[in-house]
Amino acid sequence: MAPGQYSTDPKQHTLSPIVTGATVIGMKYKDGVILAADTLASYGSEARYKDVCRLKKVGEYTLLGGGGELSDFQYLSDQLDEMADEDWLNEDGCFMGPKEYSSYIGRVMYNRRSKFNPLYNQFVVVGKKKDEPAHLMYVDHQGTAFEENFVATGFGMHLGIPLLRNSWRADMSLDEAKALATKCLEVCFYRDCRAYCKIHIGVCNGTSVDISAPIPLNHFWGHGAWTEKRLEDDDPTATW
Amino acid sequence: MQAPVEQRWSPYADNGGTCMGVAGEDFVVVAADTRLSQGYSIHTRNCSKVTQLTDKCVIASCGMKSDAITLHKHLKARMVMYEHQHRRQPSVTAIAQMLSTTLYYKRFFPYYTFNVLCGVDDEGKGAVYNYDAIGNMERVPYTTSGSGSALVMSVLDAQIAKSNQTIATPSLDKAGIVELCKDVLSSVGERDIHTGDYAEIFLIDAAGISKTEFDLKLD
Amino acid sequence: MDCITWSPAGRILQVEYAMEAVKQGTPVLGLRSKTHVVLVSFKRAQSELANHQQKIFKVDDHMAIGISGLTADARVLADYMRNECLNHRYVFDSAMNVGRLVAQVADKSQQKTQNSSKRPYGVGLLVAGCDEKGPHLFETCPSGNYFEYYAMAIGGRSTSAKTYLEKHFEEFESADLDALIKHGLEAMNKTTSSDQSLTTKNTTVAVISDKYRELSSEEMQKFIDGLEKKEDEPMEDEPAPAAASGDAPDAPAPMDTSG
Repeated sequence: MAPGQYSTDPKQHTLSPIVTGATVIGMKYKDGVILAADTLASYGSEARYKDVCRLKKVGEYTLLGGGGELSDFQYLSDQLDEMADEDWLNEDGCFMGPKEYSSYIGRVMYNRRSKFNPLYNQFVVVGKKKDEPAHLMYVDHQGTAFEENFVATGFGMHLGIPLLRNSWRADMSLDEAKALATKCLEVCFYRDCRAYCKIHIGVCNGTSVDISAPIPLNHFWGHGAWTEKRLEDDDPTATW
Repeated sequence: MQAPVEQRWSPYADNGGTCMGVAGEDFVVVAADTRLSQGYSIHTRNCSKVTQLTDKCVIASCGMKSDAITLHKHLKARMVMYEHQHRRQPSVTAIAQMLSTTLYYKRFFPYYTFNVLCGVDDEGKGAVYNYDAIGNMERVPYTTSGSGSALVMSVLDAQIAKSNQTIATPSLDKAGIVELCKDVLSSVGERDIHTGDYAEIFLIDAAGISKTEFDLKLD
Repeated sequence: MDCITWSPAGRILQVEYAMEAVKQGTPVLGLRSKTHVVLVSFKRAQSELANHQQKIFKVDDHMAIGISGLTADARVLADYMRNECLNHRYVFDSAMNVGRLVAQVADKSQQKTQNSSKRPYGVGLLVAGCDEKGPHLFETCPSGNYFEYYAMAIGGRSTSAKTYLEKHFEEFESADLDALIKHGLEAMNKTTSSDQSLTTKNTTVAVISDKYRELSSEEMQKFIDGLEKKEDEPMEDEPAPAAASGDAPDAPAPMDTSG
């Protein structure tokens, strides 16, 4: 539009996501907290980008995992990087921890929803700063925020949470926690069409924040349930 | 043929939950569950709805969690500002009025919260205030808000106000009211899917604020 | 004459005059151990009929300031600092970093030394606070300078307190709270002239850790009773500024410098 002109249409914001990520799993364990997500970015029902990292190291002690609109996730990641740089520039040895970052993200999400211009995400913010207790918080596009011992976003809320409720313990070892997160994402991969068979696992233990290399998931499709020719059988009891 | 449905993003959510407040002569009892849900999903089983504002005043908010978080943060900041200016904590009556204007300030994009403000006032009497989302308020002997409020209110009408009772019973003392609150929330947990998990009970009297917790059903 | 014009000697005199305003206030001092910071102030009452002027302002649970100079300017800065702390809590759900807030206050002060339509603040602050790196004590000046200290005293007659603090500061680090308060009052006691002494009315002691606390009269009285006997002190070595005549109870002060 030429300078000085304006549209007669009302201003519009994005109110539905375009390129999306699916489940994020987060849980505390004995020495810290872990976060896991698959590597797929979907474009509607198309598996569009299959090598995306949906975990993001923020500052020195914090990990952010994002489901929902990927561009909004990347935008917020960049904003958080700038904030982390501020900590460095002050040269006073003080760095924000997961408590500060999760609260900040919560305010950002709430303010954006209040302007009817939401960041269309479900975030899990986890971390552990030195000897402080591990921190895990869920934040979504409406600003809903709460702390928990374990959490799952997206389809994981339905497929992963039951497994977490059955198996999560506060004194889990890192390997046990990783195995449980992997199990949740595996179940998601079998049943969620927007999930994928490659995942990242991030670990915060107070001294370091590590995001793993992509890990392939085991999957086996030879079960009767997947191979039986239900339609040809004309089986009225078929539920698959 | 069904017409196409446009899914619109909504800035509002209903996170459920129930809270209640009962005023006594020189004390007040506040109770609320700790379930945070959205639709048929339980987000978390342990998320407090109650925030302490001063040494003798608390607020309990049901409705939308993110609005409640924001409102509570705002109120807490206002408490500090008042203390800096006046060198004492605001009275329950002052907070009650301020909450009303705070809510009405957002009349055309309201906080989707249903608040119960409780405390002991300057005369040492128990005070309970009830609000709607846009700041209408009333000081009442007892009240409730949230997803199970209709269930709670009928019991409080009978047990506290003794409405429509055919047999006269003595009015409840402090311990009796606390027990009533527990019973009511347990019963509401049976019938309202958005209420359950755990409950917090705050007793505010001359000695200060004490908090007890007890279990509701996790189903 | 505006406040940003260079003198031929390469100085900005208005800023230096503002620094002098700090010395016209009554003394305030601070000292820290590895767990606490203590602020001690000596207050003046404008007249027999007036209350003592407040010298220590709580900023947040973990932070307080002691001021010397123009109380009105100090209140502006206190309001600013309180607001910053509240905003920080609102956004980050945590207490504000002391050093960074001091830097912000210093930046604010500096801007007033570089704009012809403004005047520098006429107040010096001792900022005491605790954050993730432990207790801190800072001084800010009207010039926009700021410094961190183990212990510091500012304001009129503060030199003698500083001398005391310099002599004893190595003990402060490991001192317990009672010892720290005792040192603070002892140092403040050195600033009083021969015709006045510390009382619970004219003295404030604030203790800052995670929580802010002012000593009650009873608590303070115990410390005051335990103070060393004062010898006849030598005269103040600082030259008394001309404007100090405003201190006389019947002379109308052009500006309230009683803080």
